[in-house]
Amino acid sequence: MENSKTSIFRKVLMALSGLFLVIFLLQHFVINSLSVISPDSFNEVSHFMGTNPLVQFLLQPVLMFGVVLHLGMGMVIEQKNRKARPIKYAFSNASANSSWMSRNMIITGITVMLFLGLHFYDFWVPEMNTKYVEGNMSGMLDGEDSYRYFTELQHKFVSPVRIGIYCLSFIFLSLHLLHGFQSSFQSVGFKNRKFAPTIAKLGNIYAVAIPLGFIFIALFHFINSSH
Amino acid sequence: MSKLDSKIPDGPLKDKWTNYKNNINLVNPANKRNIDVIVVGTGLAGGSAAATLAELGYNVKAFCYQDSPRRAHSIAAQGGINAAKNYQGDGDSTYRLFYDTIKGGDYRSREANVYRLAEVSTNIIDQCVAQGVPFARDYGGLLDNRSFGGVLVSRTFYAKGQTGQQLLLGAYSAMNRQIAKGKIQMFNRHEMLDVVIVDGKARGIIARNLVTGEIERHSAHAVVLGTGGYGNVFFLSTNAMGSNTTAAWKAHKKGAYFANPCYTQIHPTCIPVHGTQQSKLTLMSESLRNDGRIWVPAKLEDAKAVRKGTLKAVNIKEEDRDYYLERRYPSFGNLVPRDVASRAAKERCDEGYGVVANDTNEGVFLDFSSAIQRYGKEEALVKGISDPSKEKITALGASVIENKYGNLFAMYKQITDDNPYETAMKIYPAVHYTMGGLWVDYNLMTNIQGMYAIGEANFSDHGANRLGASALMQGLADGYFVLPYTIGDYLANDIRTGKISTDSPEFAEAEKKVKEEIDHLVNNNGTKKVDYFHKKLGLIMWNKVGMARTTEGLNEAISEIAALREEFYKDVRVPGGADELNQELEKAGRVADFLELGELFARDALEREESCGGHFREEFKTEDGEALRRDDEFTHVSAWEYTGKPSDAILHKENLDFENVELKTRSYK
Amino acid sequence: MSTVKTLNLTLKIWRQKNNIAKGSLETYPISDISPDSSFLEMLDILNGGLIEKGESPVTFDHDCREGICGSCSLYINGEPHGPSRLVTTCQLHMRSFKDGETIYIEPFRAKAFPVIKDLMVDRSAFDRIQHAGGYISVNTSGNTQDANSIPIEKENADEAFYSAACIGCGACVAACKNASASLFVAAKVSQYALLPQGQVEAKDRVLNMVKQAEKEGFGPCSNTGACEVECPKGISIENIARMNREFLSAAITK
Repeated sequence: MENSKTSIFRKVLMALSGLFLVIFLLQHFVINSLSVISPDSFNEVSHFMGTNPLVQFLLQPVLMFGVVLHLGMGMVIEQKNRKARPIKYAFSNASANSSWMSRNMIITGITVMLFLGLHFYDFWVPEMNTKYVEGNMSGMLDGEDSYRYFTELQHKFVSPVRIGIYCLSFIFLSLHLLHGFQSSFQSVGFKNRKFAPTIAKLGNIYAVAIPLGFIFIALFHFINSSH
Repeated sequence: MSKLDSKIPDGPLKDKWTNYKNNINLVNPANKRNIDVIVVGTGLAGGSAAATLAELGYNVKAFCYQDSPRRAHSIAAQGGINAAKNYQGDGDSTYRLFYDTIKGGDYRSREANVYRLAEVSTNIIDQCVAQGVPFARDYGGLLDNRSFGGVLVSRTFYAKGQTGQQLLLGAYSAMNRQIAKGKIQMFNRHEMLDVVIVDGKARGIIARNLVTGEIERHSAHAVVLGTGGYGNVFFLSTNAMGSNTTAAWKAHKKGAYFANPCYTQIHPTCIPVHGTQQSKLTLMSESLRNDGRIWVPAKLEDAKAVRKGTLKAVNIKEEDRDYYLERRYPSFGNLVPRDVASRAAKERCDEGYGVVANDTNEGVFLDFSSAIQRYGKEEALVKGISDPSKEKITALGASVIENKYGNLFAMYKQITDDNPYETAMKIYPAVHYTMGGLWVDYNLMTNIQGMYAIGEANFSDHGANRLGASALMQGLADGYFVLPYTIGDYLANDIRTGKISTDSPEFAEAEKKVKEEIDHLVNNNGTKKVDYFHKKLGLIMWNKVGMARTTEGLNEAISEIAALREEFYKDVRVPGGADELNQELEKAGRVADFLELGELFARDALEREESCGGHFREEFKTEDGEALRRDDEFTHVSAWEYTGKPSDAILHKENLDFENVELKTRSYK
Repeated sequence: MSTVKTLNLTLKIWRQKNNIAKGSLETYPISDISPDSSFLEMLDILNGGLIEKGESPVTFDHDCREGICGSCSLYINGEPHGPSRLVTTCQLHMRSFKDGETIYIEPFRAKAFPVIKDLMVDRSAFDRIQHAGGYISVNTSGNTQDANSIPIEKENADEAFYSAACIGCGACVAACKNASASLFVAAKVSQYALLPQGQVEAKDRVLNMVKQAEKEGFGPCSNTGACEVECPKGISIENIARMNREFLSAAITK
């Protein structure tokens, strides 16, 4: 279909996958915050997410697809963005008319993706290894009454370097969301004078609160583990 | 009798156009495909004509000097467009619009043309709404109207202060549809430099591609000029920088008569000149006079102090102000027609009461403080604020004014750096519109067969003075509803002609002449740039052929312009070459034509020994300084035939017969 | 009409002989400029001096000089139409600049706006987008229905007017980091989408105009909002949301 080759169509895919990731992130955050409130509930929910076939074999691939689509489309669009102005301005005062975030989604996006790589290496790869290579679907680390998830989490928040990278990445995610959240509503056409202020407010709250929350969780565990 | 046949159809006034349409020759659709029409200019007249002719099936070639047809200067018209719809039920009718236009034109236009204009005015609104022109509407969703230019009914349709823009974009959209279909071939950044006449008929043009400098031949069965007016002969005017008379003037030099060149409209509400480097004047819509009061200081020393900057308008007491329009014309006050308001401003400034410190102290106040107070009190009542403070009233009133004129006030502030909500605006008249133009008959054909002139480029409908909101009406009437019929009558004879060749000696000759002129300009190696001559010409025109003209001044102007023209050809310097984009060369060609037109303009003014509309001769005024028309001797159109140079032009007169209205002296007292 | 103090400035202007020549930024000092002069009058003065010196004057587009024709362009000190808001270059006045300032003057840059000469660019891509559907198909017959036969809600009529106020100058493209024409296309799409007369062809219109804009080489919209800020007519990016909506519904149903 010719219409699907237009940038509006591509931007809609960006927006929809982005919004999907926003929802995923919220869910991720809720579960992570359990690790602060109650390690047991955290373990149980983690185990459910890690072993439920619906989550594992339907939602997880969809999520993967969402991430890949968002990244891939982002790259395609970025290339089109660059092609539209082959000769750059000698002097440009872009900050006069637009935010840094809105102009640098590719930078914040790639940073977040790099972090995702680290995140996969830290959690997802060992998890897949444990579950599907070693075939241990129990979620147990040792003994019968204790899951491994919380302990694993704590282990990862020991190194100050890792914490630094983690916090920095979430700052970038925040910057990405500060523009991305409302931008996706604009892309799908769900924005007008009536909704715009609410969407903007909601977007800003989300973009600041969620990454800040993740950072808080990381620091919480870091501080707790250091004594 | 003269050679001029206006070809006005017989019969009663109100049936003329209908009968005419019923009896003209038509071209069948299959034959229209074999007929080419050139339209030069893409403003309201040219754009609407090009679109309509293409819809009818003709092959249209349209030309404009701008980079897009959408940028023609019709776009700058602010106020509105008249139409006798009588939506407001205030007694408007075709006859009333006709009568107001004839009277407003000071009885110097053709009854039949003006009646037809009034008749088709209603179609224009229907057409534009169907095209998606976003006219202002009221809360019931119906079209809104306002009153304009001192008439007694509300018949002006508008789209904020951007009516011209919206109407032009409507015509442009109609053109786009035809361009997409291949029925209009569009030539942007092309300037017509001559018309080609073969066997007495206009058969094409010579145009310069402004990007490459290439000289091109284009042929057609008929040529339509919708190339606007010649106000830029004054250098400073509200016209666009590129607005020019070249197309019309070249047609004139090829034999088309130029009618009433001296009828020029000087618009009273423009921002005054600020310095010698100024390139252009900006109009503030006439609608401002609905609420603004025009005045100058009553004492000479106050005027001097204002100019020096030591006294501000707000500090001049009420009794020390001279609201001269209200004083002289108590019944119309600030709403007198444009020509009257302009002359009154000039009279005060000539006496030394001007308030702007430019070379000639030209400027008067346009003051909104009483309107702000009046509206403020009204608003306070409406909002139920009892005993409001003075500040509150001012704030409320200012917001009413902002709603009505916000964009104009913002524009004023941007240009002058003065805040018109707090201090009186300064305004002065400026050249705005030219009623004169190529002579055309009822068919809008010039005296050259197959050569048409429409819109401001012709002389036909406004007589000696144009009413507000009538220019848009005429441009679109000509292009949408008149020319497409009348041209068919002519083209019906051309169905067997076949394609017009551009290899004829006539084309070769015209092209050669154009190239020679260009070569002369680029190789002249003079010492003075084009603007030097244009500014000088403008000053002569403004001072001697402007708002008030005298025999002596006109005679001086004629010889000064002739001398300036000679100097121009000797000493003009055009940098760059002919075969490239060369804006100075474009300007030089246009100024060369203005230098000829200016002289004819002054001659026409000299010959017309009366005062009427935009033409005011100091020798012909009543005891209290009002215009004195001389109907017994000058109820005619002056059409000039070119014979080699402006001073040798031959005058032909077309008598104007008034069978349906009685000639009266306009009085606004 | 304010001060008499004049300005001395350094201009850095893009000079390019023609479409294929390589251009460069050239430096021109200019002095004694009145703060009341418009920006283009300042360039007129510069050109006057260049002509007198036998150099070639700077070419730039301009016409009405009252902010409505959309001819003037210029990327001044890093922004289209310069630092002031809601004005075109021709309405920009020199009082917006400081004495001694260096002013960068570049052409609008976009793949779809090739430079013709110096600061003049070819914006005919905008025309071609309009050819693709920027109209309502109605013939001039003189007997279309009466203008008042379809009442239009005032809010929609006003909204259509605000969209229609676009002057086609290209500042949106120049300001956009992706040289996107979204605001321009959206303004036209919106004007007609908001009026009952425009609904009949609404679907084809939005599909065709959007595709033509892509074909011309304008970039995608990143929703930065730069266009809205720089638009001399204050056209809102709400129009872009409306265009996206219109496009989606057309793409799904057509």
